[in-house]
Amino acid sequence: MPGTSRFSRNALWALLLVAALAALPAAVPRYWIYFAGLLGINIIAVHGLNIMTGYTGLLSLGHAAFVGVGAYTVALAQSRLGLPFYLAIPLAGLTAAVMGVGFGLPSLRIRGLYLVIATLAAQFILNFIFVHWQSVTNGDAGLTVQPATIFGYPLNNETRAYYLILACDVAFTLFAINVIRSRVGRAFVAVRERDRTAEVLGVRIVWYKFVAFALGSFYAGVAGGLLAYFNQFVNPEQFGLLLSVFFLSAVIVGGMGSILGAIMGAVFMTLLPEILRGGALSIGGTFGFDLSSILVPLRETVFGLLIVGFLILEPRGLAQLWKRAQHALRRPPTTTAPNPGSEGKS
Amino acid sequence: MNPFVAFAEYSAVGIAGGGIYALIALGTVVIFKSSQTFNFAMGEMMMLSAYFFYTAAVTFALGPVLGLIVALIGAVAVALLIERFALRPMMGRPFIAVVMVTFGIGSILRGIVGMVWGPADLQIPAILARTPVIIGGMFIPGKTARAFAIAVAIVCALIGFLRYSRAGIALRAAAADQITAYSMGIDVRRVVAFSWVIAAITGCISGVLMANVNSLNPSLGLVALNVLSVIILGGMNSIGGVLVAGLLIGWLESVTGWWFGTEFREITPYVLALLILLVRPTGLFGSTQVERI
Repeated sequence: MPGTSRFSRNALWALLLVAALAALPAAVPRYWIYFAGLLGINIIAVHGLNIMTGYTGLLSLGHAAFVGVGAYTVALAQSRLGLPFYLAIPLAGLTAAVMGVGFGLPSLRIRGLYLVIATLAAQFILNFIFVHWQSVTNGDAGLTVQPATIFGYPLNNETRAYYLILACDVAFTLFAINVIRSRVGRAFVAVRERDRTAEVLGVRIVWYKFVAFALGSFYAGVAGGLLAYFNQFVNPEQFGLLLSVFFLSAVIVGGMGSILGAIMGAVFMTLLPEILRGGALSIGGTFGFDLSSILVPLRETVFGLLIVGFLILEPRGLAQLWKRAQHALRRPPTTTAPNPGSEGKS
Repeated sequence: MNPFVAFAEYSAVGIAGGGIYALIALGTVVIFKSSQTFNFAMGEMMMLSAYFFYTAAVTFALGPVLGLIVALIGAVAVALLIERFALRPMMGRPFIAVVMVTFGIGSILRGIVGMVWGPADLQIPAILARTPVIIGGMFIPGKTARAFAIAVAIVCALIGFLRYSRAGIALRAAAADQITAYSMGIDVRRVVAFSWVIAAITGCISGVLMANVNSLNPSLGLVALNVLSVIILGGMNSIGGVLVAGLLIGWLESVTGWWFGTEFREITPYVLALLILLVRPTGLFGSTQVERI
């Protein structure tokens, strides 16, 4: 089929999805809306990590800390500077981007493991600052945040905040799609696949790594800022290493280097802890055990299994499984279906 | 207390603590040399071995010697399983994908330990004497000093082994050039498995020592992340470098903790890692494999 009609069909589906999501608060209980808001925030953060790790091949183990930087920026911008949310959120993104680049810059110019170590260092150092810079961050006790206000209209419950998050999700997803489709996005993929070849072809590798890293951290910062407004509360515990692992699993499970994958990964990983909790509690209830104490380690184990399993068996994640399923449904079973999208990328 | 004496004492304690760092780093560097893979699960392998030791020595009451043997066997078995079923299928895949796999394995092991043994501190049988060691008026806690002696002895023995034994030479050959090593009849896959065995042994001993000096709980493995800076400082592929770098970083950590307050200990290695990346990414003893692009 011609590309344009395919595109408009996708756009139509996306519009329908957004319309359905906008109608969601009318249909489901409050708790679900809280959950959907959280999911929306995770989607933005995962887009950010996907731009870095999925598209450009820059592994970051400190994504949670940059989300934290965004959250603290919002809390401080509100209490110290009195900024409204439409200034505080971009500021959160910018601060996180500056932090990300500050930590990443020394190692962006070299290949290999060094960036991983730098981001891990960022994770621990930033968390240390959140805990110990008492006078600014209020330490372990954290900071409270007033809900965002639009033209004097406070977004002070889940449903109202949900619409803000939904709008941000649409905007940031569209932006990510367009960046990826542009010259910049192609340069990202070139850097990931064959950096030397890319350099020979005139792609400035270090510059594009820098851009990808700044952009990914910006997304993290925005997600953090939204999270601060959504929870109306910021403390260091939220942004530990486990959250970084969570984001990484979402990118891997969804499918590295795919926008749809980032969304699917975020959805899957956000729902997973709930499913695990439900499963553990019902099994525990049936057999009379109290399994609630093992929920956190169980989650760690399952995150790890998903990372390892998907990387070994299906490195292109749920997005690829989905494409394959679509293909299988569209074609008559006798024709040999080519593996969609198997050209080149890995 | 006289500040000079205090400085000397903190230095001695820090250097003594650095012995274990060198031991942990050695395991990681050996794996890195054999397969260009960075093992982020090192800390968890260490922690798991310490729990094996606890289970064998305390739960099954086998005593420390048999307990250590059981723990070593368990550690080697786990390492071989990881190598065979998680790392070998990843051969030839992009570097960051492999690193992510080891990171995932770390998460799995951490979770398993949490589910099986729980988050509480466990008391393991003391295999190190408590009596403090006093050198020229400096007072070094007995366990730390003895752990240091054991760790350094093992590191030196392993460095010698890797230098002169056939297996060690095969390892270095595979590190220098895999294809050539293959064509000279070295089974590189066995070399990789062998490097995981070495890592399991160093991890197991350092885990048991660490659990003796501090206590046994699931955060034990986090030390291995501190060791990242040891590895960078020593040079990612320098086996000898880990000893010097380990001691240096142990010293620095202790002195920073003394000077700025103990909470700063925990980030010293990371700040140092960033500084090394900025100034001299090859580390002190690494060959110039750092590729600028």
